[in-house]
Parts: sequence; structure tokens; C-alpha cells
Amino acid sequence: MKRAGFTTISLPVLLLLPQLVIIAVFFYWPTVVAIHSSFYLQDPFGFGSTFVGLENYADLLSSREYRKIAWFTVVFSGLVTFFSLAIALVLAVKADKVLRGAKTYRTLLMWVYAVAPPVAGFIAVIMFNQSWGPLTEFFGLFGHRFMVGVNFNDTAFSMVLASVWKQVPVNFIFFLSGLQSIPRSVREAALIDNRSASGRFWDVTFPLLAPTGFFLLIINITYSLFDTFGIVDTVVKGEPGNNPMTLVYKVYVDGFRGNDLGGSSAQSVILMVLVLALTIFQFRLIERRIHYT
Amino acid sequence: MAQVQLNNIGKTYPNGFEALHPTTFEIAEGEFCVLVGPSGCGKSTLLRMVAGLEDITAGELQIAGRVVNHIDPADRDIAMVFQNYALYPHMTVRKNIGYGLKNRGISKDEIARKVDEATAMLNLGDYLDRKPSQLSGGQRQRVAMGRAIVRDPALFLFDEPLSNLDAKLRNQMRIEIKALQRRLGVTSIYVTHDQVEAMTMADRIIVMNAGRIEQIGTPAEVYHNPASIFVASFMGAPPMNLLSASAVDGAVKLGDQTICQTQHQGPVTAGIRPEAFVLDATGPFIMDVQIVEELGAHRLLHGTLNDENVTVHIDNEVTAVAGPQRLSVRPEAVCLFNVMDGQRLSCSP
Repeated sequence: MKRAGFTTISLPVLLLLPQLVIIAVFFYWPTVVAIHSSFYLQDPFGFGSTFVGLENYADLLSSREYRKIAWFTVVFSGLVTFFSLAIALVLAVKADKVLRGAKTYRTLLMWVYAVAPPVAGFIAVIMFNQSWGPLTEFFGLFGHRFMVGVNFNDTAFSMVLASVWKQVPVNFIFFLSGLQSIPRSVREAALIDNRSASGRFWDVTFPLLAPTGFFLLIINITYSLFDTFGIVDTVVKGEPGNNPMTLVYKVYVDGFRGNDLGGSSAQSVILMVLVLALTIFQFRLIERRIHYT
Repeated sequence: MAQVQLNNIGKTYPNGFEALHPTTFEIAEGEFCVLVGPSGCGKSTLLRMVAGLEDITAGELQIAGRVVNHIDPADRDIAMVFQNYALYPHMTVRKNIGYGLKNRGISKDEIARKVDEATAMLNLGDYLDRKPSQLSGGQRQRVAMGRAIVRDPALFLFDEPLSNLDAKLRNQMRIEIKALQRRLGVTSIYVTHDQVEAMTMADRIIVMNAGRIEQIGTPAEVYHNPASIFVASFMGAPPMNLLSASAVDGAVKLGDQTICQTQHQGPVTAGIRPEAFVLDATGPFIMDVQIVEELGAHRLLHGTLNDENVTVHIDNEVTAVAGPQRLSVRPEAVCLFNVMDGQRLSCSP
């Protein structure tokens, strides 16, 4: 087959330019600046900076607090990813079977997607309000005094809950369309080959959903690491104290609240390296086991 | 003994559409029964109801002497071959074929033996570890067949299994499927819209139209004695010539020539197969031949007779050219139909 090509180099460059400029301004440039400033100790009032080499990194890695937050981030991301995927999958499988009123049902399930993360966080704050939050009262029934913003675990729980609630609809939409792209006849063949519904799900439906699932896994890990910022911010209300926070939120707290730009830059560089490693790991290890049709 | 028995089986969708009018017939053990009809005639719906993929809204279905109306597809002891093969894309050929056995609690050694046996029969031995995406259309079709035969079911169901294949492969697979069915002796229901497939493969043909059965019979019966105008025009390529004629005092006249005798009075439709016409220098009919279609073994003459379109089949040793040709009709090969309802009328030469 003959490949369509450009005769001159200028036109393709021109066409690519807007994208390249955006990437350069919003990604490469901040990256370079972050790496650069991670080697410096900035004056809090912006009067100058001192080159400190790897000291910022050394401080971070030896900090008990930083390691605690890193561990919390891992647990938090794991929980959010797992529950948003699992709940969405269950809902999608059930919604796929609904025949009557399917559209209404699906639309209702997708609605939450339109809620912005800070709003989701705010809803969680209201639900868990100390004196009149319905969920606080609900936990009160079991004798547990739920205290968001005071008790570490309670705060973490409400953060996870709000993040999962916010992410389920996205996953639901993808899982549902993934389910609907499985040919009807393949499911019918399975119906004849296997009488057990759960057997059919794990043997046929689930493997055929794997490409969707893998895509969502990456999206969800990214979401729980980065996009939950708004939820964490609303729940923690900018008062870190003893409250749980994620690594991304710590970058913000240290950099913009604590005015430690150098330490904050070092944190974002570490995050960048982690994300890079994670992505390589995902594609190398998991993608190989997935069948794309 | 009837292997499959349908007693007034009908299908009405929740929106009130009657896809299948109550239908009763039996299929004998080992019989190869073909359901044929235009798309939307209800043949696939009927097959899917037998498979259990579609609810039966009226009547009773028996497979091997057991009422199966409310039995799951997996427990009906059937195997189905789908139009688009419906192979599991993430499983190898071996796993695709063995999957149905695995779920029936059969031991691994037994599955391996049966899969080997089935794949040897289908010449798939070299492809056992391939995925469906690495196979050609014909090979996928064979895997789908393998999945059916390995189960050794009471009934095979085929849903237009050859319509995704090219013409040459289709002819080959047609013969293979028929031979396999003969060898295994498993009762089969085969759905197709292709009347050639129906004629060549069936022990018995069921012609369907608009949710009703038009005729049930052997290929020869359906071809030579169609029960209605629909069957006459649907079966056979080229189809039967349908000419307007009139019955006066027992004699059926095409133009001013008598072609056969009947009890009926008034206008009728005369059905004459292309090969029931004979080129005859002294024949009573004059056909205006417009096109001579050369088909190697025989020729087809297309033209008009009394201003109606007619196709005539002649052997290749008979020469024919465009222009007026004299014809006669073999009177024993004429079929008569009621103009009003399209049903067959009796007639004699």
C-alpha cells in the first residue's frame, strides 16, 4: 500500500506545532523547572536560592512523615482503584441485564460523573458532618462516633468513600460499553456450553473485558493518585494536622503553604519517577496477558 | 421415533409482534432438516427457540422425548453452530472445542481424547494451539463444527453457518457438513436463506414465509410440487415461471392453447419450471428470446411469452439464437395456483 506523505517538512511541523507548544509549556518546561529547583533551597520570601545538591531528596527519604504519607497514598490508591473498579463492574454487569427502563437506570448511574471532585469532597463533608451528617448518625447507630478531620481513620474512610463514589460512574460507562461490545453470539455460545452464570462470567465475559479493565486500571490509579486532590483538599480543609493526605496533596501543602519550593519540587520529581515506573510496569507485565480482539 | 417435536410452538414479542405463528412438526432421529425462507420469515427465531436462546411463548417443545420449554440451553443436550462462528476469541482452538466438555465434569484425559478425535475428523490437528484470530474463515467454521460434534449432542442446530464464507468455500463446507452429519447420524436443524443449500443438504425442507410454514417436504417434492406461489418462486434458480392463465370448462388455457385440465373456473396462475419448456419447431407457443445466457453445461433463454417474462432452460447441444422461437410445454410438469391466495390447485395433463 502506498503511504500518503507530505512533500515538504514545513506543513507537518506546522500542523503539529500547537500540540507541541502545549506539551512544551505545560509539561516539559515545568518538569525542567521542577528538576532544577529540587536541587536548591529557596528563600521563603523569594529573595534567592542556594544550591544544596541532593539534600532535599535525602531529607525526604529519611523523613518519617514522608514515608507515612507515601504508605497512606499506596493504601488509599489501592482501595480507591479496587473498589471503584469492582463496584462499577458489578453495576455494569447488572445494568447490562436490565431490559426495561435500561436507559433511565444507566443515566442515573452515570450522573455522578458530572460532579466535580471538590463538590464530591464537599458532599462527603456534609454527609459526615459532626453534628447532623446522615452518615455520622448512621455510624452512631453502631456506637461509633465518626469524626471527620479529627480521627485519622474516619477522615481516610470518608476520603476513600467520596473518591470511589466519584469514580464509579466513569468506570461503569466503560465497563458497560465493554460488555456491549462482546458479540451476542459469543455469549450465547457460552450459554450453551456452560450452565453456571458465574462460570460464564469468569471464563468468557471477564477475559473479554480485560482490555477495558486494563485501560481503566491505569486511568483509576492515575485518578486516585492525582485527581483526588480536590476531594482531599475539601475533606482536610487545608488543615493537615494529623489528617491523612496523599503525596500529591503534600506537594501542594509543602510548596504553597510551607513555602518550601525546593522540597516540594523534589517530591514532584519523585512522583514523576514513580508514575513512570508504574506505567512501564503495567505495560510490561499486565498488558502481555491481555487478549485484544 | 421423533427426536424433535414441536406442538403448536409460537412466538409473540412483548410489543405484540407475532414472529412465529403456532407451528407443529416433527423431526425424525438422524434427519437433516433445513429451515429455509427469506430474511425475517421467523426461521432463525424458531431455531433459537429450540436452542433455548429465545423464550417459547406458546406450545410445547420436546427434544429426545423430554419437554424442554423451561430448561436452560446448557441442559437441552444440543449444540449450535452460529453464523459468525461465535468462537471464544481469547481461547485456543483446543480450549474452544473443549470448553463445553470441561463444564460437564468430564475428566481432562477424556476431554483431550475427544478434542483430538474431533479435530482429526476436521483436519484441525495443526491448529490446536492457535487463537481464532489466527485462522481463516473456513478454519474458524471448522472449529465451530468441532465445538458442536465434540459434545455428541442429541441435536445439532445450524444458524446460517456458511453465509460468511466465499462461494467456493461454501460449496466445499456444504458437502463436509452433510457428510459429517451422515457419519455421526445426529439429528440436525439447519437454517439458511439460500435455497441451493436447502436443496442440496436437506433430507426434508421446511419452507417458511412471514412467520408461517408454507411447505414441508423432501427437496424433490418442494421443487416439483410447490404448495404455493411463494414456494414456487422461492425455490429453484432460476425460479419457476409464473404465467397468468384462465380455466374455462375444465381446460386451462395459456393464451389460446390448452396446457392442462382442472376443476377450477376463472383466472389461475400457471407455474412452469424453465426445464418444463421444450424447444419444438412445431410447438404452439412463440417466445421472443432477448438474451441467451451461456452457462457451459446448459443455456438459459430469457424473453417474453404473451408479453410475460419467461426463462427457458435448454441443453447445450441445442442451439438457440435471439428472436422468435417455437416452444411446447410438458403438460405433466405444469402447476396451477389460485390467483387469490396463491395456494396450489390440482390439475392433470
